[in-house]
Amino acid sequence: MNAKKKRRLAFAAALVAVGAMLAVLIRYGLGQNIMYFHSPADVAAGQVGEGVAFRLGGLVEKGSVTHGAGAEVKFRVTDGKGSVPAEFVGVLPALFREEQGVVATGAMDAHGTFIASEVLAKHDEKYMPPEVVAALKKSGRWKEGTE
Amino acid sequence: MTGELGQLALCFALALSLVMAVAGLIGTRTEANTARRVATSSALGFLVFIVLAFAALTYAFVTSDFSVALVAGHSHTLKPLVYKISGVWGNHEGSMLLWVLVLALYAGMVAFLQRGGERLTSGALGVQGLLAAAFILFILFTSNPFLRLDPAPFEGAGLTPLLQDPGLAMHPPMLYAGYVGLSASFSYAAAALLVGEAGWARAARPFMLIAWIALTCGIALGSWWAYYELDWGGFWGWDPVENASLMPWLIATALLHSALATEKSGAFRTWTLLLAIAGFSMSLIGTFLVRSGVLSSVHAFASDPARGFFIMVLIALAIGGALALFAWRAPSLQGGAAFEPASRETALLLNNVFLVAACACVFAGTLYPLILDALNGTKITVGPPYYVITFAPIFFALMLLVPFGPQLGWKRGDLKAAWRSLYPALGLAAIAAIVVLAIVAPRTIAATGAFAVAAWLIGASIIDVRKRKGARASAFAAALAHAGLGITLMGVAGTTAWRSEAITVAAPGQSFTVGPYTLRFDGVSRVKGPNYIADRAHIAVMNDGKPGAVLQPEHRLYPAEGQDMSDTAIRTTGLRDLYLALGDERDDGRFALRAYVSPLAPLIWIGGLIMALGGMLSLWGRLRAPAREPVAPAVAQAAE
Repeated sequence: MNAKKKRRLAFAAALVAVGAMLAVLIRYGLGQNIMYFHSPADVAAGQVGEGVAFRLGGLVEKGSVTHGAGAEVKFRVTDGKGSVPAEFVGVLPALFREEQGVVATGAMDAHGTFIASEVLAKHDEKYMPPEVVAALKKSGRWKEGTE
Repeated sequence: MTGELGQLALCFALALSLVMAVAGLIGTRTEANTARRVATSSALGFLVFIVLAFAALTYAFVTSDFSVALVAGHSHTLKPLVYKISGVWGNHEGSMLLWVLVLALYAGMVAFLQRGGERLTSGALGVQGLLAAAFILFILFTSNPFLRLDPAPFEGAGLTPLLQDPGLAMHPPMLYAGYVGLSASFSYAAAALLVGEAGWARAARPFMLIAWIALTCGIALGSWWAYYELDWGGFWGWDPVENASLMPWLIATALLHSALATEKSGAFRTWTLLLAIAGFSMSLIGTFLVRSGVLSSVHAFASDPARGFFIMVLIALAIGGALALFAWRAPSLQGGAAFEPASRETALLLNNVFLVAACACVFAGTLYPLILDALNGTKITVGPPYYVITFAPIFFALMLLVPFGPQLGWKRGDLKAAWRSLYPALGLAAIAAIVVLAIVAPRTIAATGAFAVAAWLIGASIIDVRKRKGARASAFAAALAHAGLGITLMGVAGTTAWRSEAITVAAPGQSFTVGPYTLRFDGVSRVKGPNYIADRAHIAVMNDGKPGAVLQPEHRLYPAEGQDMSDTAIRTTGLRDLYLALGDERDDGRFALRAYVSPLAPLIWIGGLIMALGGMLSLWGRLRAPAREPVAPAVAQAAE
């Protein structure tokens, strides 16, 4: 085996080692930090455990938004099949409206309320989060052409 | 009329790009002088017609010609002129035309500069022609910006207010200059594989630099825009769209370093070719992610499955074709030159390993949700903590190693001497760590480590500059770029560790505190902008009970678009930002307010700018140097 071949072999071995380490790191990172998306219907069906962080998406239910004395706000997220009460402390995005699409990050508490840590409204009139569209289509509340 | 002219110009451009592709590829043969001349002139003609097409669309936007469907869908007569112009690329069709315009500009530069010999240039033009033809076909078949609307509406639908912003008017052209700029390196690499020419890395270097500078500026602009426009006070959210721009940047950075080794010492020959292919592949994947509508984001203008499919086929052909060419030709190329373990080549090798590994982490985190969704419809997101676990440690290790590179010699370096010369930087890092631990609260290990590393980077840059005193200006490029990295790191660490936030619901006259500031809410007035109506809050910064500076965050309604927007107010000292956003009005007349104090936040973008300046310094030196080394000693050595 000449020097050139030896060098190539060493490089290949190092490459495999680095690749394997990287794969382990990525696998570990993904295992710890994946967040699932659930619709209110999923929550109603008991698919989501208490305290598990997930993203909840649907429409803000009409007439459900109430403000507390401070920055607390309560609202309900619905997809027509289920309706989940949600609480959030903070400033809602400018595009947050009743009967409009919303995606919130958070977890269910012991009383079946969704405690949101972050609320995202859709970005503009033409845009609806794809997950919300899918959830609404599933529950039959999606009207074609309303995009 | 302009619409038809634009359409016609686009068709001519398509024909010329096909001529350029065929003539360019034939021109890689030694005797094909005529084909080379045809390739060069068709590249320039292609540029002219794309400029005409783009000008026609811009004219339609500026004159609010609503008989063009795209203008009717994305513009409005009341919009300020600058946003009428930026509206050209504030939509899917126009942004794809901009993509091709940038490609044409690079093809024009390649044709004009003729770097690296006529056969190499010709091959590069041929590949650029293929790319151009594919993308013009994509535009004509799935995303024609010149389609007419009959009858023409009286008024347009307007542009998303989020995009009506000076930072965002510049962001897409800048980012595209980077994305598409990597096509020049890609084309040169493909041409080098065809021709077997070893000097391509030197020939393509200015294009790599321009692309890298533009990407750096584009990412910084995008992050700055997200910071002041999206009213959440953050600068980077690991959003798939942000990742789509970060991945090409990481590979482009690796490419810049690896190509330097290839050029100066003949090392990593095949690896550099592969990186050039990978860099543009990341750009294409980024374009696909952003433009196909698979992602939920403000960037996803349209979700037409035909477009996604077309782009996917295009990407598969470009990447697959280049990799096949690589697999076929690379083994016949000369191998890389040898080097000692303690040498600049080793430092650059490690740089590449870490950058590519960091890119792999971002790639996995970005594409895993898409793959899972495609496989079984499970919808997941990969949150920022994933990137903290994977990307951050790899990038941290990279930054620890950065200072060694410039201190080591090519082929055979002296590690002990490098260590010795870096002692002052090590001292500076220790001082930074002690200062952060001793006087800044709250104490965090991450912030302490980050400041030590930042000081290490900046200190090493100063040492590097002192060592090179009296050299050409471009010799300081690396030092400047590495110092910029350290400055950005300080900004990121400072903001992340020490940001304070206050969310309050206040009635006029009420005071509240955030960080070291006491603020008084002085109510809200109604103001009228050119195309919006706003609630403007007046918030005074109090000094010893007396009102000082007044900040005026706004909540805007854009009637044409029927949309609400928050307009933040930021007061900066250069080292600390006071950041205010106005929320919704409550039934009792109070307003929700959000305030942040972000220490060192401006350093994030200042550091990015300094990195880009480093790139510009290097580019300046390059354009003054001859495109081909008269005698290449490195190549002679590599032949052993």
